[in-house]
Amino acid sequence: MLSAVLFVVLAVVAISAGVIVFRTDSMARATYALAVSFVSVGIMLLQFELEYIGVITILMMVMEMAIMAIFMVMFMGMNPALMPMDMVHNKKASAGIAAGVFALLTAGILLADWPARHGVPAVDLTASLGEAIMGPKMLVMLTVSPVLFATLVSALVLANPRGRYAPSPVVPVEPENDDGGSHQGGGHDGHHQHPGGAHS
Amino acid sequence: MNGSLVQQLPAWGAVAALAVLVLVALSGAAADGLVTARAERRRGGGFAPVAETARLLRQRPRGTVAADTLLRRVGVVGLPVAAALKVAVLPVGAWVVSDLAVGLVWFNTMDVMVWALVWLSGWGPNSVHSLVGGYRFLALALAYELPLMFALTAPAVAAGSLRMADIVAAQDGLWFVVWMPVAFLVFCAAVLAFSLQRPFTAPLSPDIAGGVLAELSGVERLLLLAGRYLLLAAGSGFGVALFLGGGAGPVLPGWAWFLAKTLVLFWLLLTIRRRVPALRPEQLMAPAWVVGLPLILLQVLVVAVAAVAGKG
Repeated sequence: MLSAVLFVVLAVVAISAGVIVFRTDSMARATYALAVSFVSVGIMLLQFELEYIGVITILMMVMEMAIMAIFMVMFMGMNPALMPMDMVHNKKASAGIAAGVFALLTAGILLADWPARHGVPAVDLTASLGEAIMGPKMLVMLTVSPVLFATLVSALVLANPRGRYAPSPVVPVEPENDDGGSHQGGGHDGHHQHPGGAHS
Repeated sequence: MNGSLVQQLPAWGAVAALAVLVLVALSGAAADGLVTARAERRRGGGFAPVAETARLLRQRPRGTVAADTLLRRVGVVGLPVAAALKVAVLPVGAWVVSDLAVGLVWFNTMDVMVWALVWLSGWGPNSVHSLVGGYRFLALALAYELPLMFALTAPAVAAGSLRMADIVAAQDGLWFVVWMPVAFLVFCAAVLAFSLQRPFTAPLSPDIAGGVLAELSGVERLLLLAGRYLLLAAGSGFGVALFLGGGAGPVLPGWAWFLAKTLVLFWLLLTIRRRVPALRPEQLMAPAWVVGLPLILLQVLVVAVAAVAGKG
């Protein structure tokens, strides 16, 4: 009984936080309303005793929202993220798509011939989940995961020019010699060695 | 392994754990007050945190224009809550509040919560300095989180379990710190980082007028300052459980050893953070990922090989 009440409360929180995402005019509120929605779903998963999946859902989603806050400032033009803004666009089409998907999924849930459960849950759900996901494909996983991870790290290392204010291992600034600004004197070579780096 | 290694406490256990956490954190704040007083050639100082608490509780709250009060409150209240939720899965000797099968992941989740909470505390006041502070924390967090996650992987791989009690039990013969020194050091650095202590104080730095703290006053400032101590205390507790054998030790009962080790690690971290200079926010990424990450990956490799060899 108590767990049913908790489930309903979590479901209501998840859905209403999802609604708030589109009703609010603040990017920060929308972001963290989405996080609240996902955290409620994570706790629901904990209720099903899917502890690993539940906790990792909360971890991933909160982290994702925090990262999204970084991208908000990095990549949104003119930084509307810091100003009140409308969270919806293309209203009619998206409402239509949402209603269609909802109808489809609900029909699927109601009409599907769900099998009865046979057997009991494994003792260690985390281990058996890993076995089920990766068991027959362990070699692929072992190869793919280091490659993926190395790709992520190296892409970030290449993209990050070691901070904005000072290079972390101090390296001398490369002299620029490919623009016309310093060629006006003409004749004398070594123009790229003039002091102070005239073009900023 | 089964869950009978530790005993789950009844409902009052949560209150007791919270009280112990607060007392440990208070001891650190008092010790810090004493050391500060001595450095300034004053007497006493041990009651400085109590006095500061009283001052902040009586302080008139100061607001900013168009502040997002809800998000700011969520942020500052959340920090002590995250510390308390961490402690909920921490086995103190033979007792634990909740013997969660994925306790280690739970700890990791709560420290990722700190990302969101510090940023929200910075966003809420609608002030440039606070917001810059919040973003500075995210910059540091991106750098320290990945090494921290791998540092947490090492004890889990060695114990073959994500349950904190199993990890403590697996250190029966040999503490993990002995053969995972790199993981321990990375973990300690990350504890300083997620509790916003030096050298990771860029989000609160004076060059941005106190950053996240700039616009916080009264109870909210108290909660954020206390949250830093509580997170450091909780992190020390996990350091003891993950690397220093938990409550293992002769003569005295487990909880006493656990608390003693936690206090020693806590005070040690507090001493270290007084003696190191603060990092600028962009200074952490390169050392953490270019030096720290390969080192910790090698450490995990050593642990994984040892774990497989030990089983076979």
